[in-house]
Amino acid sequence: MSQTTTVALKTAAGTKKRKSFLSRWDAPIAGYLFILPWLIGFFGLTAYPMILSLYYSFTDYTLMEPISWVGARNYERIFTADDKFIQSIKVTFMYVIASVPLKLIAALLVAVVLNKAMKGISAYRTAIYFPSLIGGSIAVSLLWRNIFGVDGIFNKILGIFGIGATGWVTNPSTALWTLVLLTVWQFGSSMVIFLAGLKQIPNDLYEASSVDGANKFVQFFKITLPMLSPTLYFNLIMGVINAFQMFTSAYVITNGGPMNSTYVYALYLYERAFSRYQLGYSSALAWIMLVIIVVVAAIIAGTSKYWVFYETESGGKKRK
Amino acid sequence: MTIKWNQAGRHLFMIIFSLVMIYPVIWWIGASLKSNAELSSPGLFPSKPQWSNFVNGWHSVPGHSFTDFYLNTFGLEIVLLIVTLISSTLVAFGFGRLDFPLKNFWFSLLMLTLMLPGQVLIIPQYAMFHQLGWVNTYLPFIVPHLVASGAGGTFFVFLLIQFVRGIPRELDESAKMDGCSWFGIYWRIVMPLTKPAIVTVMIFCFLWNWDDFLGHLLYINSVDKYTVGLALRMINDSSSGQEWGQLLAMSLVSIVPATLVFMFLQKYFVEGIATTGIKG
Repeated sequence: MSQTTTVALKTAAGTKKRKSFLSRWDAPIAGYLFILPWLIGFFGLTAYPMILSLYYSFTDYTLMEPISWVGARNYERIFTADDKFIQSIKVTFMYVIASVPLKLIAALLVAVVLNKAMKGISAYRTAIYFPSLIGGSIAVSLLWRNIFGVDGIFNKILGIFGIGATGWVTNPSTALWTLVLLTVWQFGSSMVIFLAGLKQIPNDLYEASSVDGANKFVQFFKITLPMLSPTLYFNLIMGVINAFQMFTSAYVITNGGPMNSTYVYALYLYERAFSRYQLGYSSALAWIMLVIIVVVAAIIAGTSKYWVFYETESGGKKRK
Repeated sequence: MTIKWNQAGRHLFMIIFSLVMIYPVIWWIGASLKSNAELSSPGLFPSKPQWSNFVNGWHSVPGHSFTDFYLNTFGLEIVLLIVTLISSTLVAFGFGRLDFPLKNFWFSLLMLTLMLPGQVLIIPQYAMFHQLGWVNTYLPFIVPHLVASGAGGTFFVFLLIQFVRGIPRELDESAKMDGCSWFGIYWRIVMPLTKPAIVTVMIFCFLWNWDDFLGHLLYINSVDKYTVGLALRMINDSSSGQEWGQLLAMSLVSIVPATLVFMFLQKYFVEGIATTGIKG
């Protein structure tokens, strides 16, 4: 096999000299032809819409009437005279701050337990991953609404332990927590990513530290956590970006209520844009959201040099 | 001895934990067979299974049955899968195999769009599709997938690029000697070898479009074009919680396709998530 390849390569070198002018451009032209779909998509469905939306955010566009430029008035109103904006920002941050860390901690801990080469690992993994598979669907949101309703099974279970019933989704102080719980319930996909990361940690690190007398907890904080920190970092960034855009469960389970206690930002955006058709105003909202997400992601990225460890080529650990 | 006890304790923990995780789904199965009166009783399974929940639920939207909604959804999914298969593999081959000016520039733009929050694009895209007269058609879903965009499109391209890069280049060289064109190399050599990654892409394309509730909500208005998700919302709104049994039964049916895909293609799932960090 290798012999034929060498022969083939030699012939390739021979024919290269005789290649025409056109064939020198063969690969570049072919390359652009192959990526053409993505280029069209990038310019037509990403770059252009983003510019368009930035433009809309300075207009009073409503789909129907002619567009007129209003300057920064949309932004001014959002920041000075929009209670729902403040409320939705508050709710969204509470949701992000509660759900993302809880989900990651659950995923990490269960992955560490599962990683200890257990029999039946795939059965456990299936059971734990399954909620992630279905959790994003409207079907599960409907299920959740029933489970946490006044007559729902959750209250019945609490009743066994003598805890009084409350309407979890209809009580303003608990409604958001049912949504957080739904998100945390879907930690399985993060766990699978952590499991893959744990497999990469060389076993001799643990062996060497056991010889030095390190116990399980020391090992977890000194070996597992630092070695896993790039995976954790990635999961954190993606988790935050996704959590800021949460829509389906808030829309289906509580529709923002009760008393706007689950009125997440995406819901507000949706209402402004597609119930009232204030596309200009909601474009401004969308850009504010983008800036918030970018800033939060940048803050996380900025702190990463203090806690994310990358292995150097020599094999030792080093701060980035 | 202690090692054994550790092992047993770990299993006990995992069994209890797995049961807690799965409990809502088990309860769901039981509840879908319960009458309204029995729903709030603590028992997992009904004393007398109400199979009528499924039959009546299936026909609970006046003038339509869920057969229509499933046909709509599956029809749309098949088109999206085919279109995604073509566009994302072409683009991935271009990035993974060919050298052309500015390639790294385009690739970094591609990586950037991976992180872009999709909701910034919803409003301007809606305005564009509205002007084109595409609202209440399936074009707002098909066209983005045709250009390797749409629900998860960039993710799919990225995943495939990583895979294509791992295929040895010597294969291309020898094929070129035999007079194979670039398209020939793509079609005859790289595509067949990319099959595992393609399966992963197809799985997630199917699942994400099945759950693309916001997209369906925005672009599909008439009931005869409704997808399963929209139909569920509709019976939820119209019955206002009166027929929970039917609603839970129909919801349960709607997760069957995803469950089947998961059961039969589990290997690809785990690999796909683990290698790319895709969200599930």
